Amino acid sequence: MEDMSAFPLEITGEDVPMVSFRKVRKAYGSLVVLDNLDLDVAAGEMVTIIGPSGSGKTTVLRMLMTLEQINGGVIYVDGQPLTHMSKGGTLVPANQRHLRKRRADIGMCFQHFNLFPHMTALENCMEGPVQVLGLPKAEARARSEELLELVGMIDKKDQHPSRLSGGQQQRVAIARALAMRPKVMLFDEVTSALDPEVIGEVTNVIRKLVSEHNLTMLMVTHQMGFARDISDRVCFFYDGKIEEQGKPADLFGNPKRERTQQFLSAVKEAV
Amino acid sequence: MSFFEFVSVYWPRLLTGTGITVAQFFLSAIFAVLLSLAFGLMKMSSNRAVKGFAVTYIEIFRGTSLLVQLYWIFFVLPLFGVTLEKFTAGYVAIAMNTGAYGAELVRGGILAVPKGQWEAATAINMSPAKRMWRIILPQALVNMLPPWGNLMIEVLKGTALVSLISVADLMFQAKQINASTYLSAQIFGTALIIYYILARFMLTPFMRWLEAFMSRKLGKA
Ligand SMILES: Nc1ncnc2c1ncn2[C@@H]1O[C@H](COP(=O)(O)OP(=O)(O)OP(=O)(O)O)[C@@H](O)[C@H]1O
Ligand SMILES: [Mg+2]
Repeated sequence: MEDMSAFPLEITGEDVPMVSFRKVRKAYGSLVVLDNLDLDVAAGEMVTIIGPSGSGKTTVLRMLMTLEQINGGVIYVDGQPLTHMSKGGTLVPANQRHLRKRRADIGMCFQHFNLFPHMTALENCMEGPVQVLGLPKAEARARSEELLELVGMIDKKDQHPSRLSGGQQQRVAIARALAMRPKVMLFDEVTSALDPEVIGEVTNVIRKLVSEHNLTMLMVTHQMGFARDISDRVCFFYDGKIEEQGKPADLFGNPKRERTQQFLSAVKEAV
Repeated sequence: MSFFEFVSVYWPRLLTGTGITVAQFFLSAIFAVLLSLAFGLMKMSSNRAVKGFAVTYIEIFRGTSLLVQLYWIFFVLPLFGVTLEKFTAGYVAIAMNTGAYGAELVRGGILAVPKGQWEAATAINMSPAKRMWRIILPQALVNMLPPWGNLMIEVLKGTALVSLISVADLMFQAKQINASTYLSAQIFGTALIIYYILARFMLTPFMRWLEAFMSRKLGKA
């Protein structure tokens, strides 16, 4: 049993990080995917995760979205424990009710969009606000249309996903996540499944979010140029650990660790 | 007696019989769908008692013959104080038998919905019940409609067994007419044709239409 007294019931004080991984461990059977991960993301910060395949990048986001259970440590969101709840003065694993309450702060976009195929673009966006937040339909519709406008999809709002291109579907998926008004947005390789010519329409939406909205974002990407442009900080993952992190100019321009250098030059060659 | 003379004399009884057959079919089908949903979901439950109950039901009703189940429900259950009218016993037996097969279809249909759909629903913080009802089941339904079409044909054919507990369906009327007239070829030939028309020209086109309708709703067509 892990000694939970090492973890605070909540994080208080000045500059409470929006997201805080504390000694987080994740294993699939005997395969340790993340080992003692410590990572803080400040409110409003845009952090990009890069690294080779299998280094645990997706797993970080999925744990934060509560799609995966963690095997050790604690994740905090906005100072409150996400994976745990306090009971009798100590942290115990969160139950479903706690997860549902805390998960409301987080939104996620997936590599394969995962739009609901039986709903139109607008219905996809309204589903959460109406069914989860309990907003009146008119209000949910107004909010969804505003967001579809933001992602440039308002003229396709009555189309089903099967009628939309990958880039269009991904933009609707971003609007769907934003409609829940999350504090933290997670992007897992949202352009990897797209044809090269439509990648720009999705990255432009994310650029707009970075410049115009005060969201905290965690993004996994293989597009180094994009990461360099818009990130406040880049984390290079290797074998379930943060091998190196820093400002994009430093990490890309002057990588300190050998593995980072190798990875970056391998990526450069591939382009 | 020509075939047309035969039909002109006996059509009222054949018609009431067909009416009963159709009624048995609809009632069986409706309850079978409900049982399939309930037991299909229960079999996927993480609660072991719930799951065990569903597995037992499915095993028993798939592993034994419909006719024996029908006799049990009509002749044996009264010994335990549960007496069903023959008409009710008929469709209850068929529905329970079909429900056991349908439960597997429901389970298979649900499992065929991509994992990403569950995750996207969780990511917008849906409750498990809403996720199932609003996101997963509608898609599962489309996956499982084709096999449901086959199952419904089996239900229709299965209704003929209720004649054995004297429900006055098409088969029962045919046997009665046969017993009094010995016009076996005409009467059973007519019954055959009626069953065929019901299956091929009513049920099958309806299921096709339903499949097309559902995939249109999914924006697939
Ligand atoms: N459900 C699972 N069961 C077993 N192992 C898993 C599972 N999901 C991920 N893994 C393993 O965990 C490790 C990290 O996976 P993860 O998906 O986080 O990598 P990644 O950095 O996102 O890679 P990629 O760039 O290919 O997307 C990999 O070795 C992977 O095989
Ligand atoms: Mg990944």
